[in-house]
Amino acid sequence: MTTATAENSQTPPVAQAVIHPLWVRITHWINVLAMIVMIGSGWEIYNASPLFAFVFPKSITLGGWLAGALLWHFAAMWVLAINGIVYVVLGLVTGRFRRMLFPIRPREVVATVRDALTFRLSHADLSVYNAVQRLLYLGVILAGIVIVLSGLAIWKPVQMQELTALFGGYDAARYVHFFAMATIVGFLVIHILLAVLVPKSLRAIVTGR
Amino acid sequence: MPRIRKIIPGVDPKLLIKDAAKLLPNPTRRLFLRGATSLGALTFFTGCDIVDGDSAERVLRRVSRFNDAAQAWLFDPNKLAPTYPASAITKPFPFNAYYQEDEAPEVAAEGFKLEVGGMIDNKEPWMLDRLYALPQETQITRHVCVEGWSAIGQWTGVRLSEFLRRLGADTRAKYVWFQCAEGYSNTIDMPTALHPQTQLTFKFADEILPRKYGFPMKCRIPTKLGFKNPKHVIGIHVTDKNLGGYWEDQGYNWFSGL
Repeated sequence: MTTATAENSQTPPVAQAVIHPLWVRITHWINVLAMIVMIGSGWEIYNASPLFAFVFPKSITLGGWLAGALLWHFAAMWVLAINGIVYVVLGLVTGRFRRMLFPIRPREVVATVRDALTFRLSHADLSVYNAVQRLLYLGVILAGIVIVLSGLAIWKPVQMQELTALFGGYDAARYVHFFAMATIVGFLVIHILLAVLVPKSLRAIVTGR
Repeated sequence: MPRIRKIIPGVDPKLLIKDAAKLLPNPTRRLFLRGATSLGALTFFTGCDIVDGDSAERVLRRVSRFNDAAQAWLFDPNKLAPTYPASAITKPFPFNAYYQEDEAPEVAAEGFKLEVGGMIDNKEPWMLDRLYALPQETQITRHVCVEGWSAIGQWTGVRLSEFLRRLGADTRAKYVWFQCAEGYSNTIDMPTALHPQTQLTFKFADEILPRKYGFPMKCRIPTKLGFKNPKHVIGIHVTDKNLGGYWEDQGYNWFSGL
């Protein structure tokens, strides 16, 4: 152990900086699994009574039929909710949200977008989020909160009728739930695309560095 | 390939899609895990095939039992479902069943007797005129279908709790079981059976319950999903045994509270 300590003291602090602490990585990957199940089964549930003039192709839905999809949805919801609560509480308590996501300045958002479009965006330091990342991560956390609350409003429109009323009633809550899903899926497309374009970010969310 | 909803005049596209979903052949229904690319991803990420076969279905059903308990715990016997003004009533109120409207069971009013049994004192069957003479209430509440859609309707009938009192039912029993003319059946928990808005319904929109909405009577339960509101009720039993139900036995959540 003494050797390790000695080594640590010799290594420059930058090299050992952890970008994503263990709790972020664990909750991230649990969330990936929960979200795949929630979204896939949610699409099958949507298909039983579509809100718009389209349904999701059977090949990308989960559950096979409505009852199966509901079983998946109401099983994965516990994983999603418990994992989400752990993530948000730790994010607040450790100060990670404050440190990583704030401040968000409109001018910096514009500058980041401009840099990205002209291929001048720096990925040197993954431990600091640029303004667009801050905006998107904060946005998807908020969408996550909205999708859980609107989901509860649809699931329990009698026991939680005050919450359902807050969303404008049962039918309106279904639309809110749908658009929160669309927002999150939109985020995922960008998120995954950028993770693939900057592979070391993928390494960071697996190994932490 | 996405199935695009075609608008056919005179045909309710909502009902069409719904029917298509429900009329899946039984073997397909049982396979909850069929044809899902997302599941491939799940297998990929976890490195194991956790979602193949019976084990996944067993786990899911166990979680569904847990969800029954969670919902029973969440159920507040004094919390009323929201009620609406007459202007909010959905017209026409949708017909919904696992059969077509013209296949709805025809129960003859003449000679009809509601069978009552189980943990009750008075097992004498009930004629319709005697049922109609019971004290009645009207509610305008939202019917929420497990498929997601909802509709507001007006139902009139006797409180199930009042009817159970007249039967001399042992309300310490756990369940009330409904037997229906078309072979449908349904078991509900006693706290829900005793909820003030749980109603043995004889009228829809001020008229004797028409055949399509469940003549001679239905059990209207605004604190539960639509399929937990049995139509064409011909028998009521008070029991300590959960006798399941038509949809529940196929995988739908049993409690299905709102």
